[in-house]
Amino acid sequence: MNVPFMSELFARQENPDILFWVGCAGSFDQRAQKITKAFVSILNKVQIKFAILGKEEACTGDPARRAGNEFLFQMMAYQNIQTLNHYGIKKIVTACPHCFNIIKNEYPALGGSYEIIHHSVFLQQLIDEGKIRMKEGGSFKGKKITYHDSCYLGRANNIYEAPRKVLEALDAELVEMKHCRSRGMCCGAGGAQMWKEEEKGSIRINQKRTLEAIETGAGIVAAACPYCNTMLMDGLKSQEKEGEMDVLDIAELVNASME
Amino acid sequence: MQIVSQVIFLLAVVGGIGLFVRRLSGIRKNILLGKEADYSDNPSERWKNVFLLAFGQKKMFRNPFVAVLHFFVYAGFIIINIEILEIILDGVLGTHRLFAPALGGLYHFLIDAFEILALLVIVSCAIFLARRNIIKLRRFISKDLDGWPRSDANYILITEIILMLLFLTMNATDYSLQAKGYGSYAAQPVGPFIISGKLAPLFSGMQEQSLVIIERSCWWLHILGILAFMNYLPYSKHLHIILAFPNAYYARLKPKGEMNNMPAVQNEVLYAMQPELAPADATPPSHFGAKDVSDLSWRNLLDAYSCTECGRCSAACPATTTGKLLSPRKIMMATRDRLEEVGKNIQKNGSFQEDGKSLLYDYITPEELRACTTCNACVEECPVSISPLEIILELRRSLIMEESNAPQEWNAMFNNIENNYAPWQFSPEDRGNWAKE
Repeated sequence: MNVPFMSELFARQENPDILFWVGCAGSFDQRAQKITKAFVSILNKVQIKFAILGKEEACTGDPARRAGNEFLFQMMAYQNIQTLNHYGIKKIVTACPHCFNIIKNEYPALGGSYEIIHHSVFLQQLIDEGKIRMKEGGSFKGKKITYHDSCYLGRANNIYEAPRKVLEALDAELVEMKHCRSRGMCCGAGGAQMWKEEEKGSIRINQKRTLEAIETGAGIVAAACPYCNTMLMDGLKSQEKEGEMDVLDIAELVNASME
Repeated sequence: MQIVSQVIFLLAVVGGIGLFVRRLSGIRKNILLGKEADYSDNPSERWKNVFLLAFGQKKMFRNPFVAVLHFFVYAGFIIINIEILEIILDGVLGTHRLFAPALGGLYHFLIDAFEILALLVIVSCAIFLARRNIIKLRRFISKDLDGWPRSDANYILITEIILMLLFLTMNATDYSLQAKGYGSYAAQPVGPFIISGKLAPLFSGMQEQSLVIIERSCWWLHILGILAFMNYLPYSKHLHIILAFPNAYYARLKPKGEMNNMPAVQNEVLYAMQPELAPADATPPSHFGAKDVSDLSWRNLLDAYSCTECGRCSAACPATTTGKLLSPRKIMMATRDRLEEVGKNIQKNGSFQEDGKSLLYDYITPEELRACTTCNACVEECPVSISPLEIILELRRSLIMEESNAPQEWNAMFNNIENNYAPWQFSPEDRGNWAKE
């Protein structure tokens, strides 16, 4: 695996075509690291010149801001924008819809304007351009896959079709849950819920959403967000369905199907 | 006698409209208690929203059956009310069906069209009443609506049915009187109209005098009913028939994922990092986020008055539907109730006198706020462009920044972000370790 660091490229006075913003989950969460590696593997295979910030990357501030801690958000944003501007970054790709949303919509007002693209759209473009080619009779051919819309991709930024087009390229049978696209149901992690116990209620949000996924009869739930991924996997475990169904990121699905 | 009735009529119309305008200006004042916010950009996009979302009711068509019924009531009510112009002129001038001679065949066509709409309004309202009271759709039996709000909805539907029945009965008795060759009715032959013509035989056995009394009563009750209903509107959820239009114009045009920036905090952080940029007279902001309605923007307060309590937001909310205390509809109702209370306080005392209450805590609890996943389902669903989410997030800001009122786990998450640059307790040095494995 070839993962260049931005600081090394900068020292050699080189510029990457694109900066891969890994995000906290992608960097530290063991499950999400697999998504990160799958995406890097794709970038390597299609020979895209990219770089990561490594230890110079910091939390975008999304959970702090949504919890109500604007000071902490502004501190993180300031720091990240300083770093990105210092390296003269123009184009960023990320596999996290929360990082994507905040860099796309909230950093410009703070002096950080970049072209940012979520990996679902990025993968779709690579497929459309013919740079990603799928294996003949790929491993997901004809398999039932259901796609779980991430709120921060879908309603927040109107990205509904790109991840579905990526899945269609796998020749899989795409089935929809009861709530999908603009009506998609949240996994329960957004708005800093990931970091606290759920408020009391009759059922956990991730469990309710997982039941919708199970109802489709799909063998795979495709996600495009590391937090949705965790929540849905936990939901499957609570239903003791983790043996029958799997939650995979679209990058993992593509990487496993590529030539 | 005729002149007395004309004077009474004029007083009723002027009084009705006067009271209505006074109440609307009171609501406007209340809305303007909110903080400034700029929604003047991109007027062409905004007008487009007025046509699509308000006139076209685009969002309603996410459920086509209900959308069509709702459109009947809306179109019926707006279009039939064109007829009020004739009623008002007749009332003031002491005439009867003033427009009939001038419009001729067109008059007949128009009244026919109004009658068809009136029937559709009656049918639609009856179905709506059934959905609320017999079928009992979940969003209508929610505890959000306990008490007055549930009655309010039923009163509105019943009133609309009554007003339409009065209109049809008036036309039916008018035609019966013409058929009997009675007085001024016979001098102004109109009809039979498409619906009331079918009702006319019901009245054929009645005395002329009784028919006149019914016809006149319907005429008076119809116009007085409309004036009364107009004055009921601004005290009820039904105000959306007016405020849906400005609310669509001022719809949020930025992506739903974007939270409002706090330039005051942005500058605080900037000056802390680069003290050389701080102006000599820089004063820290007095408070953060929203604790009460006056801390919200006027846009949030317009939202509160525009809400018709339909509950599409709460039906889509992942917190509400999993039994959490949060209901986005209740957030909007609570904001309006508190704003009304503050408005009355100001009206009574000249300026706001501390009443020991606030939107946060007395109307909306931290538990509700903490159940929100910021998923935007409520915002997406709202047919009249309301954002309950914006209010939730402003209240959260007050909880955290004013009172450091956060669950323990959030405080741990804040500490981790501050010290480790990630919400978990990992060393920032290890952030790129996965790449070396």
